[in-house]
Amino acid sequence: MTRRSVLMGAAIAALLVAVPALAAEPDLPRKSIELVAPPFVHPHEQATKEGPKIVQFKMTISEKEVVIDDAGTKFQSMTYNGSMPGPMMVVHEGDYVELTLVNPATNTMPHNIDFHAATGALGGGALTNVNPGEQVVLRWKATRSGVFVYHCAPQGMIPWHVVSGMSGTVMVLPRDGLKDRDGKPLRYDRIYYVGEHDLYVPRDQDGKYKSYPSLAESYSDTLEVMRKLTPTHVVFNGRVGALTGKNALTAKVGETVLIVHSQANRDTRPHLIGGHGDHVWETGKFANPPEKNLETWFVRGGSAAAALYTFLQPGVYAYVNHNLIEAAELGATAHVKVDGEWSDDLMKQVSPPGPIVPGKVGAIETGTVAK
Amino acid sequence: MRLATEIGMALAAAVVTAAATVVGMAWLEPATTPVLPHTVVAVAPGEVHYRPAGDYTVAGRPAAAPLRTVRRDRPLVIMTRQVTRAEYAACVSASACPAIAGAGAGATPDRPMVGVSFRDAVAYAEWMTRTTGVVHRLPTDDEWVFAAAEKADTEAGPLIAVDDPIRAWLARYEAESSRAVVDPAPQPVGAFGANSRGLVDMAGNVWEWTTTCFERSALKPSGEAQPLTTNCGVRVVQGQHRSYMTDFIRDPKAGGCAAGLPPANLGIRLVVETDGGDGGFGLRLLDRMARGVQGLLFDGS
Ligand SMILES: [Cu+2]
Repeated sequence: MTRRSVLMGAAIAALLVAVPALAAEPDLPRKSIELVAPPFVHPHEQATKEGPKIVQFKMTISEKEVVIDDAGTKFQSMTYNGSMPGPMMVVHEGDYVELTLVNPATNTMPHNIDFHAATGALGGGALTNVNPGEQVVLRWKATRSGVFVYHCAPQGMIPWHVVSGMSGTVMVLPRDGLKDRDGKPLRYDRIYYVGEHDLYVPRDQDGKYKSYPSLAESYSDTLEVMRKLTPTHVVFNGRVGALTGKNALTAKVGETVLIVHSQANRDTRPHLIGGHGDHVWETGKFANPPEKNLETWFVRGGSAAAALYTFLQPGVYAYVNHNLIEAAELGATAHVKVDGEWSDDLMKQVSPPGPIVPGKVGAIETGTVAK
Repeated sequence: MRLATEIGMALAAAVVTAAATVVGMAWLEPATTPVLPHTVVAVAPGEVHYRPAGDYTVAGRPAAAPLRTVRRDRPLVIMTRQVTRAEYAACVSASACPAIAGAGAGATPDRPMVGVSFRDAVAYAEWMTRTTGVVHRLPTDDEWVFAAAEKADTEAGPLIAVDDPIRAWLARYEAESSRAVVDPAPQPVGAFGANSRGLVDMAGNVWEWTTTCFERSALKPSGEAQPLTTNCGVRVVQGQHRSYMTDFIRDPKAGGCAAGLPPANLGIRLVVETDGGDGGFGLRLLDRMARGVQGLLFDGS
């Protein structure tokens, strides 16, 4: 073979590869979005008049030790972009998500990403396996609206990566925004993003939580705890207390808040104590009419839900997983501090706690009630 | 414990020799060469024609690994069988290997050790090196393929058509899931027979760790492979089919082939270094084997 024919061969091979790739390349404007850590969500339009875009995101995987409760329990976590859950990506139906997933050489583990919102190749998991020191770019079309989980799914170690922190949420909004069940537009003033994780921390002979110098060393003990299906911690946003006290969520009376709740592994049941879900997409998919006036909504493991609520009273609200043992004992509690004017019409303490008065019911003396 | 005693005797011989001769590297006199607790075989130099481990791409798309011919110009000294539970237990007793519960528990001590991670296997090799004075290590993937001869399966599934990775993916899945289910219970040594090189239980129900790291390479049009990334957190394991396993995995059911059936068990077979890094023992061992001197070696099982 002459040198020239070799070069020709190479050129033809390059063309063969390039042609179908070019043909498949959507000819659309591009937009780059900087992700923000939960419970916050990057700025986005709720409805858009613009046409579909290629929306570019970048996430860097980080394996790191974190503290998951006030007792200082150390946990070997695996995270997308350093947070549990991974950041939320918001696009509109018909847009393309183009993710650059970076696995820095400082990590020890192969990782990938399975988008429940994407179609084919195990949600992209089969096309995104990255070793430490590699990155990959995946593009997929957002053909269905809703809130969807994404998570790591490396061969043979899927549950371990997920319960070590590797899950997050994509929100695909209808291009013309959210609608109530009668088709009337719905808007939110704030969006909060709660990612729930069930964690399985091994204990020593004295019942104390064990810590490990590395992920690999934590593996076999952690697997043993996982297989009992009894989490030691159930947390919102990575640790007990991540969304309470100084970190409590805030809102004002009259504001409408969209709370997105994701759980990649295990069922949960959010409940806003003292409030409701005005419009709830319990299964998280916006093509289905939202349910109205819910008290508690069920989030199936491996899915996300969205609940819209307009706060009507000021005060502190607890937002919990209404398995109250998980909320109070294992950590699944957030607080919302709401500012504004109290409505006596909605609720009033008619008579404060005091001594028991025989024959007294409510505000009216017995005997004055018309017979 | 017959095994422990024998290892002890081998050690004692080495120590006595060292005291008697005290001439630097020459302390390992052939006449008093320490005894190995396992039989080894020297596979004569030759060629191995195979597809190397790792992922290959052509112009960014998945491709079959190229066929390579590797010429080995020195013999390969390798254990004729896998490390047994009793042998591994001796390493645990010496506090040199981690105790392992789980896979194979309840099997008799003379059966192959299973449920070991790459790290455990390396700890065992290092301990064997210390106790015998002979450098032991895990084989590389190509050494294993060479030793396995007709038992080796280096096809990473059916050949992949560059233009259609998805069809190749489905074909690979079908090929892998049509493999017979392997009963994972450890069997007596030799139960899976010997290959043409005299090694028993190659490609039986215990896969063996190799030192070869997972590598991703780009194939140039010239056929030359250009390494892109190497991940030594994932090593090649060898047996009925080649697989890739994260180094701390002990239970391959949780470790996983690309799809289809994962390895049934993870175990150990060591090679003896003949590169001269051990004061020449390996070379003298080869020499004695070549001259047909027996009695150096016995099977400790
Ligand atoms: Cu991962």
